[in-house]
Amino acid sequence: MAIPMDLQVNGQAVHLEVEPETLLVDALRNALQLTGTHVGCDTSQCGACTVHVDGKSVKSCTMLAVQAAGTAITTIEGLGSPGALHPMQAAFRQHHALQCGFCTPGMIMSAVDLLARNPNPSEAEVRAGLEGNICRCTGYHNIVAAVLDCAKVMNSAPSREKAHG
Amino acid sequence: MVEVKSNGLIGQAVKRTEDLRFITGRGQYTDDMSRRQMVYAAMVRSPLAHARIRSVDTSAARAAPGVIAVYTGADMAADKIGGLPCGWAVKNKDGSAQAEPAHPAMQVERVRHVGDHVAVVIAETQAEARAAAELVNVDYEELPVVVDARAALAPGAPQVHAEAPNNLCFDWELGDASAVAAAFSKAAHIVKLDLRNNRLIPNAMEPRSCIGDFDSSTSENTLITASQNPHVIRLLLAAFVFGIPEHKFRVVAPDVGGGFGSKIYPYPEDVIVLWVARKIGRPVKWTATRSEAFLSDAQGRDHYSHVELALDKDANFLGLKVDTIANLGGYLSTFAPAVPTYLYGTLLAGCYRTPAIYVNVKGVFTHTAPVDAYRGAGRPEATFVVERIVEQAARQLKIDPAELRRRNFIPTDGFPYQTPVALTYDTGNYHATLASGLKLADYAGFAARKAEAAKRGKLRGIGISTYIEACGIAPSAVAGALGARAGLFEAATIRVNPTGSVTVLTGSHSHGQGHETTFAQVVADMLGIPMESVEIVHGDTGKIPFGMGTYGSRSLAVGGAAIVNATRKVIDKGRRIAAHLLEASAEDIEFTGGRYVVKGTDRAKAFGEVAFTAYVPHNFPHETEEPGLEESAFYDPKNFTYPAGCHVCELEIDPDTGVVEIVKFSASDDFGRIVNPMIVEGQVHGGLVQGIGQALLENCVYDESGQLLTGSYLDYCMPRADDVPSFQVMTECTPCTHNALGVKGCGEAGAIGSPPAVINAILDALSGLGVTDVPMPATPHVVWSAIRAAKGRQVA
Amino acid sequence: MHTFVYQRATSLADAVAVLKAKPDARPLAGGMTLLPTMKLGLAAPSDLIDLSAIGDLRGIRRNGDRVVIGAMTRHAEVAASAEVRAAIPALASLADGIGDAQVRNRGTLGGSVANSDPAADYPAAVLGLDANVLTDRRTIAADQFFLGMFATALDAGELIRAVEFRVPKRAGYAKFPNPASRYAMVGVLVADYGGSVRVAVTGAGACAFRVPTLEAALGKQFSAAAIEGIEVSASELNTDLHGSAEYRAHLVGVMARRAVAAALG
Repeated sequence: MAIPMDLQVNGQAVHLEVEPETLLVDALRNALQLTGTHVGCDTSQCGACTVHVDGKSVKSCTMLAVQAAGTAITTIEGLGSPGALHPMQAAFRQHHALQCGFCTPGMIMSAVDLLARNPNPSEAEVRAGLEGNICRCTGYHNIVAAVLDCAKVMNSAPSREKAHG
Repeated sequence: MVEVKSNGLIGQAVKRTEDLRFITGRGQYTDDMSRRQMVYAAMVRSPLAHARIRSVDTSAARAAPGVIAVYTGADMAADKIGGLPCGWAVKNKDGSAQAEPAHPAMQVERVRHVGDHVAVVIAETQAEARAAAELVNVDYEELPVVVDARAALAPGAPQVHAEAPNNLCFDWELGDASAVAAAFSKAAHIVKLDLRNNRLIPNAMEPRSCIGDFDSSTSENTLITASQNPHVIRLLLAAFVFGIPEHKFRVVAPDVGGGFGSKIYPYPEDVIVLWVARKIGRPVKWTATRSEAFLSDAQGRDHYSHVELALDKDANFLGLKVDTIANLGGYLSTFAPAVPTYLYGTLLAGCYRTPAIYVNVKGVFTHTAPVDAYRGAGRPEATFVVERIVEQAARQLKIDPAELRRRNFIPTDGFPYQTPVALTYDTGNYHATLASGLKLADYAGFAARKAEAAKRGKLRGIGISTYIEACGIAPSAVAGALGARAGLFEAATIRVNPTGSVTVLTGSHSHGQGHETTFAQVVADMLGIPMESVEIVHGDTGKIPFGMGTYGSRSLAVGGAAIVNATRKVIDKGRRIAAHLLEASAEDIEFTGGRYVVKGTDRAKAFGEVAFTAYVPHNFPHETEEPGLEESAFYDPKNFTYPAGCHVCELEIDPDTGVVEIVKFSASDDFGRIVNPMIVEGQVHGGLVQGIGQALLENCVYDESGQLLTGSYLDYCMPRADDVPSFQVMTECTPCTHNALGVKGCGEAGAIGSPPAVINAILDALSGLGVTDVPMPATPHVVWSAIRAAKGRQVA
Repeated sequence: MHTFVYQRATSLADAVAVLKAKPDARPLAGGMTLLPTMKLGLAAPSDLIDLSAIGDLRGIRRNGDRVVIGAMTRHAEVAASAEVRAAIPALASLADGIGDAQVRNRGTLGGSVANSDPAADYPAAVLGLDANVLTDRRTIAADQFFLGMFATALDAGELIRAVEFRVPKRAGYAKFPNPASRYAMVGVLVADYGGSVRVAVTGAGACAFRVPTLEAALGKQFSAAAIEGIEVSASELNTDLHGSAEYRAHLVGVMARRAVAAALG
């Protein structure tokens, strides 16, 4: 039985009718056509589906859509756009922190949350902080470099919106 | 061959064109796409590794909500849909053909691995299809199972295919057995090892996905599929599976989320979605869950080898003999026979001038998922054999491992070098990469670091691997003689648009490699136009004349060379048009900086003007030229390319827990010339982590009944960010001698060179304890057990 | 995933009433275990009672020698809590190592404790920090709480309100993660209550358990050296792809020493 719900997605009010078993990621991908959030596993390990719920990184494959009622969600599409990249998106491009691009949206969303919690992380803290996101292409080297550099950029521009796009 | 000179763009670390869509969530992977009226497929897979199908009851599934149809293997057989063809045929020692059992997309009588395809459920939604798939009731008669390749060869083993007695697919050899016997008879030292190359699961982060569609009004078939290789998929499915003409068959590989070999081949699901779409008249999508990917993606490696190396009294290598048993899984995947033979045995010379080499490989069927090419495909297995036995020899003979390698390298002035295992290396400088790799690693300062680590209770070790690999399988004629059933060229078309922008159609396919950037750099550089004026189109048989896809690090060495040749044709035609416009002879015109200039004058026409003239041919050499400016090239390489390098791993072991921490990893690679060093470094990083993953973390394990024990990320250990360090990488350059770019390929080197470097380093760290071998993956439990066993031996 | 009826409970009493009425209903806390289990078809409850809207199940407060943490408090909140960091830094550090960042943003203390996953971290804290599990109807001491693999002293339909941890003089937690899943292969929490020491192990057995031999030795002298050489029996410990029972037994000793070292900071 479909459940009506209201939430905010990428700054816009959204009304959805979802089945109780619908996962948040499926609501985003199917109902809202926000296909930038990906599904890479079915055991809540890979992190490709990471989005922000009320500003915190969450695996949207492990949350029911109905649990998101009343929340504000940010997906990769809402973080920045080709013409106005979030500093983390820009850093990923600058440092070649992506290859096939599939894990990238989830990785970026996790990295943004990581810096929100710890604006000045060490390399080890970045690596540990990204343990919930698997990348098979990059070997992580350039992802770590991008996050560390983004931290520098964001710290040197205190007026910029830091946290969640 | 005329080398392409850089005009500035070639060699630059240009940021990637494709990134903008990926970092903003605008990539279009197959599962992101939908078509009007689309329905969803869910596979009914065998839960057993070996069983006879007594009956399939689909009635409950048919009655489930949203279900449109349920089909079984029998339905498919009734429609006379062909099995998946094998793309390579190797010969047995006695000259006879390999055993080649059929591989239907859905089984009728018997299943041969857990995850094998039995039926398909089609429903209005994915959830309905998956729910109904659970309702298909298959009555199985369980049969005995064999999962280990050695066990499969034993007398009385359960048989996988009636067409392959004793489960033997092929018994192949390469090299001169008598020369090797002679070498061993005069050896001063013989070093022996038994090695296991662990089975791996590729795990591209995008699970496979495909959409089949059929337009009955035009008879056009469309398959959108997450593939590395759309044209070959079309060729194989059109010719061998469906019997439909290629001009009515379009295969599209859109953005593809990684492949690493696993997306080279046509899979049963590709066949099934298109077959069903033709039957029901609606587009059909299937997307793998990760659990399905674990069961059904082609897996990699899985060798047992016995290796012996003969050396003279001065530690010169005299002969190498290798016996290998390779697990091929339950069916022959497309390139499965080539991987443990021509991509493996031919690389056993390594970087060394070993005069006599002989290898025997038995390819074996088992009740496991099919095994095929995974990043490196045969070459990591060969490198592991060579670099482990060389290290073992150094240890046994008490020679510094670097010195033993130097002593036996093919000398820098020894190229071209004919190995005893068929290949001719065109160029290389192994001393250079070894020297710079050791310098990068501060090999000389290791003893002090080891002593410092010991004070902290850590066992520190260093390990070297000097690998060679072969990229861009070629030439077609030679590959064909060795059993390849396809050409190994690449095709490209350069379409100059009237206002001077350029569309490049390439048969190479990018699924992370950055072709849209690298190829554009080459073309823009050659034509003297901005990169933004060049668009790379790939992955669509409806747009691109032909292609052989991306695998074996062939994109730039083969696909790039085709692009160069087509671009040169464009430049030459432009020159003839410019000659007409400039009223000069074509020989007197040089093309430089994007302009056709009459030599020694300031009279010139810009490339854009010439392009415009080609399409608005008012003042045009009509008597000798056709209008338009579009050229194609098919490039068939003269030889493989031979990247080589030196990987040095330095690590610390916690003896209390067996945990291995890589503290430093240095790689000096020779990839020939480099078009985009940023992308090349990224390829090395990624390859290194897959190689380190094989050495320390990853293992595909089946239990004796054929159940996959490592069927999710909870048990199959994927490398994560905190499992690996940052890397020191650099390159040396001996340009490839037979392609115009001088490039060799870089996609697999990291995964090829690193596993033996890691294991050699572990053995170095543990050498003081008397540990002489550790298997891959050297997990904490494995290392701790090895330490404990060695201590037990010492006490005893 | 099979369908179910979704309800958002507004009070604990409300949730308990529904669970009582519907035997196949399940409470939904963070969902970090339940939802993956349902996705794989290993659980198919008739109803899910979402506890997230029950305000008084959240929060952290100090109460005498106890730190009381609401059942629906997220791992990330425990990890970041100034109260917890001041009173029991080992507990904050343990919470900071559960799962990954995304899991810590959703997963809850009550959900983890009620599930009694043999490889979860929190059971080591509950047992090692001499906690009381406060439910909708009673208080259960940690020593009586964990009964076996996924088995606890909770009755059907009984919900955890909060867990109150007894503040030790000092404590440390050391975890050896499963290389693939990152769950605890062995996790040891050591808490010194001044003379009496509790050593609780997770990951190694069917559920969290205490190790009296280590406790006795540490009670005499709270140092890593004091337990060097004490062998932990491998019988009844888990064996799987990633480690044998012997390896786990060995790791209990190693992690206990590291936990002591961490406690001594």
